[in-house]
Amino acid sequence: MEKKDALINYCLRLGDSSLILGQRMAEWCSNGPILEEDIAMTNLALDLIGQARTMLTYAGEIEGKGRTEDDLAYKREEREYYNTLLSERPNGHFGDTVVRNFLHSAFFYHLYQALKNSSDEMIAAHAAKSIKEVTYHLRHSAEWLVRLGDGTSESHNKVQESLNNLWEFTGDLFEMNEVDELLIKEGIAVDLNSIKKDWDKTVNDVLERATLSRPEDEYMQTGRLDAMHSEYLGHLIAEMQFLQRAYPTAKW
Amino acid sequence: MNSNSHYTKEQIWGFLSGIPDPEIPVITIEELGVLRNVEITLDKVIITITPTYTGCPAMKLFEDEIISTLKSKGIENVEIKMVYSPAWTTDWMSETAMEKLRKYGIAPPVKGTEDKGVLFSSDQKIVKCPQCNSENTQLKSQFGSTACKALYQCNDCLEPFDYFKCI
Repeated sequence: MEKKDALINYCLRLGDSSLILGQRMAEWCSNGPILEEDIAMTNLALDLIGQARTMLTYAGEIEGKGRTEDDLAYKREEREYYNTLLSERPNGHFGDTVVRNFLHSAFFYHLYQALKNSSDEMIAAHAAKSIKEVTYHLRHSAEWLVRLGDGTSESHNKVQESLNNLWEFTGDLFEMNEVDELLIKEGIAVDLNSIKKDWDKTVNDVLERATLSRPEDEYMQTGRLDAMHSEYLGHLIAEMQFLQRAYPTAKW
Repeated sequence: MNSNSHYTKEQIWGFLSGIPDPEIPVITIEELGVLRNVEITLDKVIITITPTYTGCPAMKLFEDEIISTLKSKGIENVEIKMVYSPAWTTDWMSETAMEKLRKYGIAPPVKGTEDKGVLFSSDQKIVKCPQCNSENTQLKSQFGSTACKALYQCNDCLEPFDYFKCI
């Protein structure tokens, strides 16, 4: 594999995970449990889609075939997406969303902390910029997780169940292949094994405060690296891409 | 022949510095720190800007405003360059801009109080109410009407208000 192809793939992984999680958060628009949360969740969506734009634009530039951020977001098929399996999990109830976002924001947080030192200037700048936003995302979900976990017995049981259901998608976050291997040598990517240690610590701290128990690592879903997805991604992109598919040259 | 040579870099900066933020019209792109650089090359003018937040919808409006402002001065060949490093920070905001925010009803960022506690808002900073100047205020939500603002309420005059987050 050439460095160029590896770099494109790496940028798509970052961009796609932000984009898909951003689209999920956008689905909350007008459906939030209270007004403040409706606004908070659409703000999160905005940040994530902004982060996706940077990485998709960059991926298109490296590729050099004239594909823009929009081409990459709206004209790729399901099997061309490299987002994390966790990002595409459905919103479910508010507690499901809080748990998913917490697990994912903690991942982004530690990943961007490390990528700030990437030898690729654009990725380093992107990470330094995004970390400021992701810090808010992590705090938002962590505070809600404590409120719900350490809340009533009903809210506690609900988020414990969300956690149990989502746990099998966390293994995928840390999987690596030859793309990582090549880019780690170049100083561009980071070793996800080291991110995993930081992530474990953050997750354990918050779960303890939230009086929740960390599920056992049993069977873990896999697929991100090969663009293999759950049945949910197809539905998500069908909705996200509808307008560009129906009216291919439509502009804002 | 340089088609833009009848303007200096400083003059072009001057044309652009007054462009207001579309969502907070009392402050300009210069005061906000979004306008980073003006460069004149042989065939075009390159304007460098940086986003406040990556997804800030105002950025597109800034770009459109920059292009139309320069067009009105007869400058046609304009390139907008978006940079991400150094990452935008509220520390770039001038005292004048902060005062303008306060008068407009938005509590300005409390300098040097970027929340270091990642997981939980540990250090409770004092955000003064822009209406009655009381220090007795409370955070309602980290996310306000735009990405750059949080929602607060004054415990004395009871007015809710926006706080320009410190990042």
